[in-house]
Amino acid sequence: MMTTDQPRPNNALPSDVAVHVRGVTKDFGTGGSLTKALRGVDLDVPYGEMLILAGPSGCGKTTLVSIVAGTLAPTDGDVVVLGKNLIAMPNRLKVRFRRDNVGFVFQSYNLLPALTAAENAAVPLLIAGWRRARAVEAASEVLDTLGLGDRLTRLPTELSGGQQQRVAIARAIVHQPRLLVCDEPTSALDAKNGRITMELIARIAVQPDRAVIVVTHDSRVYSFADRIALMEDGRIESVEAGMHQAHPANPA
Amino acid sequence: MLWIAWKMLIGNRVKYLGIVFGVVFAALLIAQQSSIFCGLMFLTVSQIRDVEGPGIWVMDPNVQFIDDIKPLPDTDLFRVKGVSGVEWAVRFYKGLARARMEQGEFHQMILLGIDDATLVGAPEGIFMGSLADLRKPHAVLLDDAGYKQIWPGEPYILGRVFEMNDRRAVVVGITKASRTFQTFPIVYTLYSRAVLFAPPERKVLSFVLAQPRPGLNATAVCQEITAQTGLQALTREAFMQKTIRHFLAKTGIPVNFAITVLLGFIVGTAIAGQTFYLFTVENIKQFGALKAMGTSNWTILVMVLAQAMQVGAIGYGLGVGLAALFGWGSRGFTKLAFFMPWQVLAITAVAVFFIVVLASLLSIRRVLVVDPAIVFRG
Repeated sequence: MMTTDQPRPNNALPSDVAVHVRGVTKDFGTGGSLTKALRGVDLDVPYGEMLILAGPSGCGKTTLVSIVAGTLAPTDGDVVVLGKNLIAMPNRLKVRFRRDNVGFVFQSYNLLPALTAAENAAVPLLIAGWRRARAVEAASEVLDTLGLGDRLTRLPTELSGGQQQRVAIARAIVHQPRLLVCDEPTSALDAKNGRITMELIARIAVQPDRAVIVVTHDSRVYSFADRIALMEDGRIESVEAGMHQAHPANPA
Repeated sequence: MLWIAWKMLIGNRVKYLGIVFGVVFAALLIAQQSSIFCGLMFLTVSQIRDVEGPGIWVMDPNVQFIDDIKPLPDTDLFRVKGVSGVEWAVRFYKGLARARMEQGEFHQMILLGIDDATLVGAPEGIFMGSLADLRKPHAVLLDDAGYKQIWPGEPYILGRVFEMNDRRAVVVGITKASRTFQTFPIVYTLYSRAVLFAPPERKVLSFVLAQPRPGLNATAVCQEITAQTGLQALTREAFMQKTIRHFLAKTGIPVNFAITVLLGFIVGTAIAGQTFYLFTVENIKQFGALKAMGTSNWTILVMVLAQAMQVGAIGYGLGVGLAALFGWGSRGFTKLAFFMPWQVLAITAVAVFFIVVLASLLSIRRVLVVDPAIVFRG
C-alpha cells in the first residue's frame, strides 16, 4: 500500500489517467466508535470515460468520491487527480483546485433558491471571479444546449425536478472542469427524467479531456457507463466494462 | 459573490425581515432612549442657553450647577468689573419664589432678575408685550409654558396680577423660554425687583455675567477673574458641561437610561442573532455546495459579514429614522424631552455594528466549520 510518505511520482502515471487512487483508507471516529469507511481502494479513471461507482448503501461510494473530488482527506493512501497529488496539497490550494477543475452534480441539486436558473448555472464562474453579466450569459448558453433556453429566469421552485437537475448539470460543466463528479444524479427523479439526465451527462459532459464519475444505486443507468466499479464494505469488489463503450478493465 | 450573499439573504423574506426587525428594534430603542436622555440633559442647562450675549458666568467657587445657588455679596460685581480682561459685567439673580395667585392658590416659580440698566440676560422669544415694558412698575415677564400651567386653557392676557413675597407682580409680556428640568413657571424681572420678590437674604447676587474684551480668549479671561477675585468663572459652554456632569454623576438618570439602552442592545442582538443563525442553518447545504465548488473560507466569511452589514445598514436606517420620527411627532402634543445630536447617531451606529457582528458570529463559526463533503450526504 502506498502511503502519504511515499507518493507516486506524477510522471509515473500514464498520461491518459485522470484519477489515480491507490491504497486509500478512510476511518471515521476513534476507539469503540471507529468506522472503516474505506479499506484500501485502488482505482484508475482515464480521461474520456464515464465510470459508475455502484454498490449498496454504506459501502463507501460517497466517501470515495468525496476524496477524489478533494472535499475529504483520506486517512491513508495515494490520490492523484488530474496530475495533482491531493494528499500533499494544502487546503488552500485544494479549494482552488476544486474551483478550477471539478464539477459537481449533487443528489439534491443544491441550487440556490434565490437565484434564477441562469444565475445558478453561473455560480462556478462567479466563484472564479467572472463578471456577473458575462457569467450569466455563458451559463445561459449552456442551459440552452440542455434544453432550458426558455427557463433561464425561472427560480428553482418554478422548475420540475428534472429541470432542476439539468440546471445542476449546467452548473457542473459551465466552467469546463476536467473532472465531473455526480452523486446519485437520478435518485430524486422518475425513470424518464433519470434517463434524460444520464443521456445529457453522457452526451454533453463526457469529453475526451474530461473524466466523469457517477455514484449511483440506480441499476437502470448502468447502460450509460464505460465501466462500472462495484463497491462493497469499503472495497472495490470488481470493475466491469459498461454497456456504453468497452474499456480495458481496471487493474484493481 | 457579495451579490450572491445579498440574493441569499433576501431570498428568505420571513427570516430576512426577522433579522431586520431585530436590528430596527435595537436601533430604535437605543437612538430613542439616548435622545430622550440627551433631551433631559439639555433641559438642565436651558437657563444657561437662554442667556445669550455674555460669554462668562462668575459664581461662588462651590457652585456645582446652574440651580446650585450660593449668593455673592453685591460688591463682587465690581471686583469682576475690575479685572483687566473684562469688557463689561452685570448682575444676574436666580432663585425660587412662591407666588400667590388671584384665586389664592400658590405656585412655586423660578425667579430670574436681569440687569436693570442693560437688560442683559433677558429672554429672546418675547411674543406678547415687550421687553421695555419690564421697566414699568411691578412688571414681570412669564414664560408661556408657565402661563399655561398657572392658567390652563385660558387665553394669553397681559396685566394679570399675582403676588410674590407680598409684593404685586403684573404680567407685561409672555416669552418662549426653554423648558427647565424643574418644570416650574419662569418669571423674568429686573434685578432690583427680583431681590424684593425673593425671600430676604443677606447676600442676593447669584451670578455675575461678564463679557471678555474683544480679541481675548474667554477661557483665559475666566482664569484671570478666578486669580484676581477667588470666584469661580466659567465660559458659557464650560458651565453647561459642568451642570450636565453634575446631573450625570449625582443622579440615577444615566444608569436608568443605560439599562434601557442595554436592554435594547441585548434583545436586538438576541432576535437578530437567533434569526440569523436559523437563516444560516437553513442555508448550510448551500454554503457547503459553494465551498465544494471552490469558494474559500475567506470568501464565505466575507459573504456572511456582508449579509450582516447589509441587514445592519437597513436596520440602522429604519431604526434611527423611526426614532427621529418619534421625536418629531411627539414635539407638538407631549412634553417629552427629545434631542438627537450627531453623537446619538454615532453611538447607535456603533451599537448596531456590534449587534450584527455578534449576531453573525455563531453563523460564521457554523459556516466556516461546515465540511464541503456535506453536499454528498443526501
